[in-house]
Amino acid sequence: MKTFLTTTALVALALPAMAEIKIGASISATGPAAFLGDPELKTLEMLVEDLNAKGGLNGEEVVLVAYDDNGDPNKARTFATRLVEDDEVVAIIGGTTTGTTMSILAVTEDAEIPFISLAGAIDIIQPVKPFTFKTPHTDRMACQKIFEDMQKNGISKIGMISGTDGFGASMQAQCKEVAPDYAIEIIADETYDPKDADMTAQLTKIKGTEGVQAILNPGFGQGPSIVTRNVKQLAIDLPFYQSHGVASDGFIELAGADASEGVRLPGTALLVADLLAADDPQKPVVDAYKAMFEEKTGTPVGTFGGYAHDAFLIMTDAITRAGSAEPAAIRDAIEATSGLAGTTGIYTFTPEDHLGLDLSAFRMLEIQGGKWTLVQ
Amino acid sequence: MSELLQFLLSGVTVGAVYALVALGFTIIYNASDVVNFAQGEFVMLGGMITVMAYTAGAPLPLAALAAVLATAALGVAMNKLAIEPARGAPVVSLVIITIGASIFIRGAAQLVFGKQIHTFPAFSGDDPIRILGATILPQSLWVIAGSVAVFVGLWLFFTRTLLGRAVLATSNNRLAAQLVGINTPFVMTLSFAMSAGIGALAGVLVTPITMTSYDVGLAFALKGFAAAMLGGMGNPKGALVGGFLLGVLEGLTAGYISSQYKDAAAFIVILAVLFFLPQGLFGRKSTDRV
Repeated sequence: MKTFLTTTALVALALPAMAEIKIGASISATGPAAFLGDPELKTLEMLVEDLNAKGGLNGEEVVLVAYDDNGDPNKARTFATRLVEDDEVVAIIGGTTTGTTMSILAVTEDAEIPFISLAGAIDIIQPVKPFTFKTPHTDRMACQKIFEDMQKNGISKIGMISGTDGFGASMQAQCKEVAPDYAIEIIADETYDPKDADMTAQLTKIKGTEGVQAILNPGFGQGPSIVTRNVKQLAIDLPFYQSHGVASDGFIELAGADASEGVRLPGTALLVADLLAADDPQKPVVDAYKAMFEEKTGTPVGTFGGYAHDAFLIMTDAITRAGSAEPAAIRDAIEATSGLAGTTGIYTFTPEDHLGLDLSAFRMLEIQGGKWTLVQ
Repeated sequence: MSELLQFLLSGVTVGAVYALVALGFTIIYNASDVVNFAQGEFVMLGGMITVMAYTAGAPLPLAALAAVLATAALGVAMNKLAIEPARGAPVVSLVIITIGASIFIRGAAQLVFGKQIHTFPAFSGDDPIRILGATILPQSLWVIAGSVAVFVGLWLFFTRTLLGRAVLATSNNRLAAQLVGINTPFVMTLSFAMSAGIGALAGVLVTPITMTSYDVGLAFALKGFAAAMLGGMGNPKGALVGGFLLGVLEGLTAGYISSQYKDAAAFIVILAVLFFLPQGLFGRKSTDRV
């Protein structure tokens, strides 16, 4: 277990009298959710450094106190308590997974510290908890976006093949729940273990099911890439939808441009930064984050780091508007956030809505010739 | 008909992966009765080192060779640094040491290679081969060929060579083996090098199908171990048959019953087999002298 303590020592030396705003983070930078948490932590560290170099917030230095919870909800709870009691932070960002988020929010709600989660499940903000907010869209919204697109294309009977990991299982359940709203019937429902080597058996079953018009594959990691290759292998000629879980360039690389041709999925503006219209409100923020992250880390920007970027953006925006770093004032300011363009979408929070995004935050993307394209 | 064939081919593809991993278990087990739970990590290293060498510009065969040799060297290091110092410890302690080694290798791999998922191109392209309406990828044939080749090699090694018999003798009774002039420390070193090399070869062959990342080893080790137990631990024939059987079972369950129960069905069959044949399908009978 590692403890990260990012203090920009140089700034502190140059301006010794400057006060501090302490923001806490509990992120799963290692462990099973590392590929989510790793870019999230890098993003936060990078943004804090950048902010302090530009003079901090309201003239005060921002200090990030970050812990790596390893994806373990018990550790996340311990770290949240430590952040609140020992480090005395004014707000917390983090909770890479739904599990860790749930343990952090129990602590922050008690201590009345504003908390912005980076995890997907809708349960985090429904019912609304006064001090808890989140930046990623929910998997339910991803299902809705996909079904909306299917409906537009006259698809009404689909087969699903889902990973049995937390992400896949949760999205599978959400999709089944919202499918009737779009007059979509799930007539084949298969699963695979995220470490499986071959999914042709499941896909053959779906292929053999009478009347299937499209296939949907909720999951992340290498599973969806293997499913995509198997679809090609079996020459299944049906519209094929992936989830936002694989919305990154890495997916095209792993599945191969050939096999991923025509795959559709709901993704964020971040993924298609180059394709955004010049007057798109998200264009400046997306371009800036992409350039900064890729220069700093040398790895391509991804949806998940974007969640952390947006959480930090919402937090700093709220602290600036509040003109104070009192937890209660920050909370009120976050809830009053309106029309704030992030990389994931445009956030408008209300006392009833602590997610702040609607379906327009998702853009329907299609892979063509190994590149992402926007579906109109 | 073509559905059944596709389920079988899917099972054979997966089964070949299990068989190749299971074969890696046999040598160390034969030499020392130790089930090496770091075997999955050798598979991971085989894939990962190949990916790194390949992206650094090395041609694929050279990258694969480098991966096998480097992993074999690591196997030797593991024996020298972790197993040999604990010489004389009960087998259970040695097994636990291998679990520790696997956690160490996984952690180190995470730092060295990062947490991304990687792959490299299949050896003979991605165009599926059609057989009676079902399909199989050329890479699956490579894996099947690889597992059969390793099996034949091991079978010849254990039955036809003096060295192979020395390995078996060491496992039967280390003291007696030493008394008849077998260099048992060398046998142990050799068995770790071979096991690691075979594991790495498995990693090289399966990565274009399964992809690889620092944490794939555990899943490989568990399924390979299950296959080896089903076939009979220590017997190359058992590893081969056990692997394919497990894969086909999974494929058929996923196809005809439900993909939800695929792993459960496989493990129930393993339990049933072990209940009636505790040594596995081809395991040697253990005879206790009284």
